[in-house]
Amino acid sequence: MAVNVRIPTPLQKLTGGKGDVTASGGNVKEVIDHLEKNYPGFKEKLYSEDGELRRFINIYINEEDIRFIDSDGSQVKDGDTISIIPAIAGGSGKIQK
Amino acid sequence: MKATQLPPELRVPVITTYDEAVLDRIGNTPLLKIKNIVKDLGNKDIEIYAKAEWTNPAGSVKARPALRMVRDGLASGAFKRGMELIDSTSGNTGVAYALIGRILGFKVNLVLPSNVCKARKGIMAKQFKANLILSDPMEQSDGAIKLCRKLYQENRDKYFLPDQYNNPSNWMAHRDTTAREIFEQTKGRVTHFFAGIGTSGTLMGTSRGLKALNSGVKSYAVEPAESLHGIEGLKHMESSIVPGIYDISVYDEKISVTTDEAYHMVSRIEDEEGLLVGTSSGAALVGAMKLAARIDKGVLVVIFPDSCEECVVAHGEF
Ligand SMILES: Cc1ncc(COP(=O)(O)O)c(C=O)c1O
Repeated sequence: MAVNVRIPTPLQKLTGGKGDVTASGGNVKEVIDHLEKNYPGFKEKLYSEDGELRRFINIYINEEDIRFIDSDGSQVKDGDTISIIPAIAGGSGKIQK
Repeated sequence: MKATQLPPELRVPVITTYDEAVLDRIGNTPLLKIKNIVKDLGNKDIEIYAKAEWTNPAGSVKARPALRMVRDGLASGAFKRGMELIDSTSGNTGVAYALIGRILGFKVNLVLPSNVCKARKGIMAKQFKANLILSDPMEQSDGAIKLCRKLYQENRDKYFLPDQYNNPSNWMAHRDTTAREIFEQTKGRVTHFFAGIGTSGTLMGTSRGLKALNSGVKSYAVEPAESLHGIEGLKHMESSIVPGIYDISVYDEKISVTTDEAYHMVSRIEDEEGLLVGTSSGAALVGAMKLAARIDKGVLVVIFPDSCEECVVAHGEF
């Protein structure tokens, strides 16, 4: 599955300044593993030492917060957009338009 | 421990009437002794105090600079009758502007990343009637800064832009109030001062003020260790737009704190000191404890910028 991943500014150092990158995988974890291969150091920014997604990192598949699906096991489809959004000021847990 | 169990003088003030007397209650916050966490240091002759800034009207340290920037703008003529205020903020400054605007009767427009917490947006918009303009959450607070500048450039006659990142009134508020209060509350005994850096106004102004009162006082900038972090209100300077008011010659040393260290300290402050504070308060105390481990004696003062009553449920798990 090829997906588009939106990269927040603080992580764009790792992606050579790119705010959008493509990656593949069947679920969010595989997509992140793929990003780690292309951009070493990526994964440790998102996961704590005990292997949990860090709590101030919100990840969305399109508009859905993966916490309400199956965390990083959530499946992705071709053409999905994955957004990695660090929480500020508590974070609302929702992308608002 | 619940916020409702705190005595009223240690809670975020509830505002029910919007008259100017509310603004007179900004500042003169309590200085609380950290009684239990210091026991980690053993028998050292070290006292640590925290400035309880969430007890300001609008619930944070930012009430001080917000009021000063508005008053200085009115006095200088930059903020004329009929103009509206606009600025970028990730939360606390916005709540303060909104309250002040409601009291003094001007319209407030706040540019903020759309993922700022709902509780805080609710206070700004519903309770204090500010107009919220949401920026791209991917760009964090820097996105709000850029969008705000653009809106201002397009309509300069309409808006007063305090520009908290570049306005000297921001730090002057702390030089003239926070620093003096700390000096008086410690009876001049303060030796080390700690503040997290967002706009850096708190650190710049309080450091300058304290050093003018006693040149021996040392001051410390507490910074997130990581560019991608969860310490609300603080900036990782190396990877952000550096505020114009930020001057590294003003403080003595920078201390880096990880998000996990800050979260852990927030829990300890709740369990051991009985206070509910925001993540940047946890970070500031971690910074003070790191320095305390290296010295033998001192009277340390840290800023606790806000509480987590309104916003962060279970410390960052939303
Ligand atoms: C919770 C919190 N902590 C710390 C700070 C940093 O204060 P300053 O902007 O004075 O550096 C802010 C500022 O926005 C804040 O909201």
